[in-house]
Amino acid sequence: MNISPAPVEIDRPTGSEAIDPDLPWLVIVWNDPINLMSYVTYVFQKLFSYSKEKAHHLMLQVHNEGKAIVSSGPREKAEWDTSRLHAHGLWATMQRDS
Amino acid sequence: MVGEPRIRRVGPGEFEVRIPKAHREILRGLPGQLRSIIHSDHPGLKRFFPPAYPDDPVRAAEYDAMVREELVAGRKKSLEIMERTIDADRLDADLMADWLSALNDLRLFLGTSLDVTEEIYEEPIGEDDPNAQALAVFSYLGWLEEQAIAALAGDLEEPAEPGG
Repeated sequence: MNISPAPVEIDRPTGSEAIDPDLPWLVIVWNDPINLMSYVTYVFQKLFSYSKEKAHHLMLQVHNEGKAIVSSGPREKAEWDTSRLHAHGLWATMQRDS
Repeated sequence: MVGEPRIRRVGPGEFEVRIPKAHREILRGLPGQLRSIIHSDHPGLKRFFPPAYPDDPVRAAEYDAMVREELVAGRKKSLEIMERTIDADRLDADLMADWLSALNDLRLFLGTSLDVTEEIYEEPIGEDDPNAQALAVFSYLGWLEEQAIAALAGDLEEPAEPGG
């Protein structure tokens, strides 16, 4: 917990430096030459409860376009999803939506 | 690849493993080998722990510190289970999922170590290739893994009854 003796005025950044704290984080899976296509589809189904069709579509997007956004949300949720993808050997990264 | 399936789903949460003894002997030593180096800086391990924030080294390090231990522990558990059940003829859904995890990690490690590209799947392995043996194991693991995936995907469509 943050304990401060008195309220402090904070200079908030403005203009192009400002980042909207409500903007979600995106979880991106990148293409790699090793993971099997069927495995990537299976992992998307298992981790995110996506339908087979949606999981297959995302897998093809990773394969053909090099990457796909597979989930999004607050930073904690995005980190949780990323860590589950990493546990399954997928190459996942996070970036803030823009 | 043509051949009798080695791994198949025989019912909800029930899987049959029919791997010839000689092939089980090849598989037997692999999980232990990977476990023994999982804490090392072997370049074949880099895909196990990718940076979550590629453009932010500080956050990437924080993320790594937060998840690394758990990622290592999960991998070691699945590798241990595959090693312990390598002679099994039947697996339940949890054990099958551990086999899939171990098979995928072994493939990921071998493929990363061998620096394989997508072209590898289109060409036969040359006999004079110095990596011929490792590539053959890589290929065999992929063939088994495809069957494990198909078997487990069947359970996603038709899950086992709770407690059944």
